[in-house]
Amino acid sequence: MSKPKIAIYWCASCGGCEEAVVDLAEDILGVVEAVDIVLWPCAMDFKKSDVQAMPDGSIVATLLNGAIRSSEQEEMAHLLRRKSRYMIAYGACAHTGGIPGLANQFTREQMLRYVYEECPTVVNPERIHPRPHSKENGWSFELPELHNRVRALDQVVRVDYYVPGCPPTPAITKAAIGALLSGELPPVGSVLAPDYALCEQCKRKASKPENVSFVGFKRPHEVPLDPEKCFLAQGVICMGPATRAGCEAVCISGNMPCSGCFGPTSRVRDQGAKALSSFCANVAPKTEDEIDEVLAGIPDPVGTFYRYGLARSTLRGAITEPAAQSASKGSLSRVSPKTCC
Amino acid sequence: MTGPSVGGRRRIAIDPITRLEGHGKIDIFLDDAGDVERACLQIPELRGFEVFSIGRPAEEMPQITSRICGVCPTAHHMAATKALDDLYKTEPTPTARKIRELVYNAFMMEDHALHVYILGGPDFIVGPDAPKEMRNVVGVIQKVGLETGKRVIGMRKSLRELIAYFGGKVIHPVLGLPGGVSKGLALEDLPRFQQLAKDAVEFGEFTLGVFRDIVLKNESYVDMIRSEDYTHKTYYMGMVDDRNRVNFYDGQLRVVRPDGQEYATFHPRQYAEFIAERVEPWSYVKFCYLKSLGWHGFDNPKSGIYSVAPLARLNASEGFTTPRAQRAYEEFFQVLGGKPVHHTLANHWARVIELLHAAERIHELVNDPQLTGTDIRNIPQRTPSVGIAAVEAPRGTLFHHFETDERGLIRKANLIVATQNNSARISMSVEKAAKGLIRKGQVTDGLLNRIEMAFRAYDPCFGCATHSLPGHLPLSVTIYNSHREFIRRLQQD
Repeated sequence: MSKPKIAIYWCASCGGCEEAVVDLAEDILGVVEAVDIVLWPCAMDFKKSDVQAMPDGSIVATLLNGAIRSSEQEEMAHLLRRKSRYMIAYGACAHTGGIPGLANQFTREQMLRYVYEECPTVVNPERIHPRPHSKENGWSFELPELHNRVRALDQVVRVDYYVPGCPPTPAITKAAIGALLSGELPPVGSVLAPDYALCEQCKRKASKPENVSFVGFKRPHEVPLDPEKCFLAQGVICMGPATRAGCEAVCISGNMPCSGCFGPTSRVRDQGAKALSSFCANVAPKTEDEIDEVLAGIPDPVGTFYRYGLARSTLRGAITEPAAQSASKGSLSRVSPKTCC
Repeated sequence: MTGPSVGGRRRIAIDPITRLEGHGKIDIFLDDAGDVERACLQIPELRGFEVFSIGRPAEEMPQITSRICGVCPTAHHMAATKALDDLYKTEPTPTARKIRELVYNAFMMEDHALHVYILGGPDFIVGPDAPKEMRNVVGVIQKVGLETGKRVIGMRKSLRELIAYFGGKVIHPVLGLPGGVSKGLALEDLPRFQQLAKDAVEFGEFTLGVFRDIVLKNESYVDMIRSEDYTHKTYYMGMVDDRNRVNFYDGQLRVVRPDGQEYATFHPRQYAEFIAERVEPWSYVKFCYLKSLGWHGFDNPKSGIYSVAPLARLNASEGFTTPRAQRAYEEFFQVLGGKPVHHTLANHWARVIELLHAAERIHELVNDPQLTGTDIRNIPQRTPSVGIAAVEAPRGTLFHHFETDERGLIRKANLIVATQNNSARISMSVEKAAKGLIRKGQVTDGLLNRIEMAFRAYDPCFGCATHSLPGHLPLSVTIYNSHREFIRRLQQD
């Protein structure tokens, strides 16, 4: 009997998810022996044509990390979806858009203009921008087209399971691969991590106040951070209560609050909205002026509550055009900051 | 395996597999005679960190910018943390500074070890002419022995545990705050780090020994390092202390001319006076050059093209602060014929010397009584406005520049990463390899290997293509005729 085929692929990502897989290499040696890795660009030779030639559905599972921003990434996501029985969104970028998804607060044109014209070290009097098609000396050059929006994987193709985290921890990854190989899988659409809030795994849980009441929020650099006490009890925003467990509270072990990379539990649809509503409901003052003063301690609500989840959230960002708007239409993106889709 | 000798202009696209993930590809253009007219490196991706940093609290930058690269997150984390010190005009406490330096040197060492043994090393340790199926970590283990293989894995694991101890996690650590670090070292944990430091220095010396035995005692390898195909006379930049000795964590940037004379020494805050970036329509990456010299094209020696990374750091400095690395530094220039060394492949040797220096620094730091102090934070008091800092990432100088409003919210950000500093010279290396190996339309067998080696010496971070487990950057060459019709495809197996 041939071994089950597994593919690992990356899109708009930092390489940290690849390192995360490499980091558990020793642990999963047995697993690796049990499977046939047919595609892992970071680690082995790869021929796209080989994947194209495979029968549809012949790969048991593709673990895809990274968000989708370019035409090339979208094409590969579709190809691998077609060839795979299970499509796994691996890591925060594929799961919920991740940090690259914060770019959805800005248009593609704003981004290109800043990077190639306005940035302090650029010398570009001719205002050259990289283009999908360009010509020089009679030669044509091609680059993948950047889409208007960053999307999570399930906004592009159907996803069967999610492995959360920026990056996922070795324990979570090992458990996910084990579940895939044994076939003992939860319902399709599940996130393969514990379905309760991070506070349950946090060593500081005992010091979490029964009734949180905020008279002000402190930013981490403004105050000494008590290494034992719940961050909320110190008036520092911690996303733990609105974030799925599974990481064993590693950032908190480094004495910094959780920033929410594991996303929400299954009972929460929008992690940012959930966090925002629970923090705001616990603001102690009741007059508008006093409330504003307290909320001034959270100067960047999008970056705080939607650090990893903006692309997949109900908020989605400032861009109203379809993500894969074709270049031939020629229109630029418009910003409508108040749009909620 | 040769290309067809058809007349007319042709295009050859060399795609590291990474092109398919959108990280890097090379195009080579042939003239009517079938000789190389032009070769260039294309980066087909942009994520726009500088733009979506706008409006974010500055203190989040160490964690947000680390997501630029999951292979060298600690470099971005530390550069941003130091930019926060500058932004708030708050120095870290002595203990915090030592913890940062300890974490940083542990990171440099584990990253260099990865490259030396697993990624770039196989080219030399196993040999450039060895069969490709042996030019990987398995081949390295066969050559140096299984025990050594285990030692490499164990060393990297311990170093990564040290980073995670302070940073919470090793991929995207969280320790950096303006004026300090979030977590100190508990006295009871010191002995295990002292043991680690001792092992690290032994490992560094052992690695230099392996390199000496396998590479330096083999004349053909040394000849290859010195060969013209892998030589470029450019400027070099690296961070130095007040006595011009290599420092990865802090100092001034020193630039030397192709003849080795000092061109400039400047504080990271002055970076925009010295460095400019050029935009090309065919790549999302920008090309850095020395501003006052200007840009005159890739192949024009008048262009202010400079190089960063291990070789550049050795060229731009006058030695190391630690004795073992200093001796190795002297031997390096003695064997390769004096400063500066222009041979790209000498980066591998320079990397081994730096690995040893990082180990010696770890040893110094864990035996420093200040390391276990409890005063790990200076709380910023000043109103923020501009913060600029640099570190030496494993792959070269890394600049972070933030401007904020009075609340410390980012208004402007500029990031110049190591591979961007090197992008022009990497393109030159690719072009030289192509010109040396493609004549009259004949694409020789060695092309893929040579370009692969020229590339890998820089350990370029785009695509992290060189971070391939089997130490093998898979390439394919697609040849088109002047009508853009597909002719054939060459592929490594």
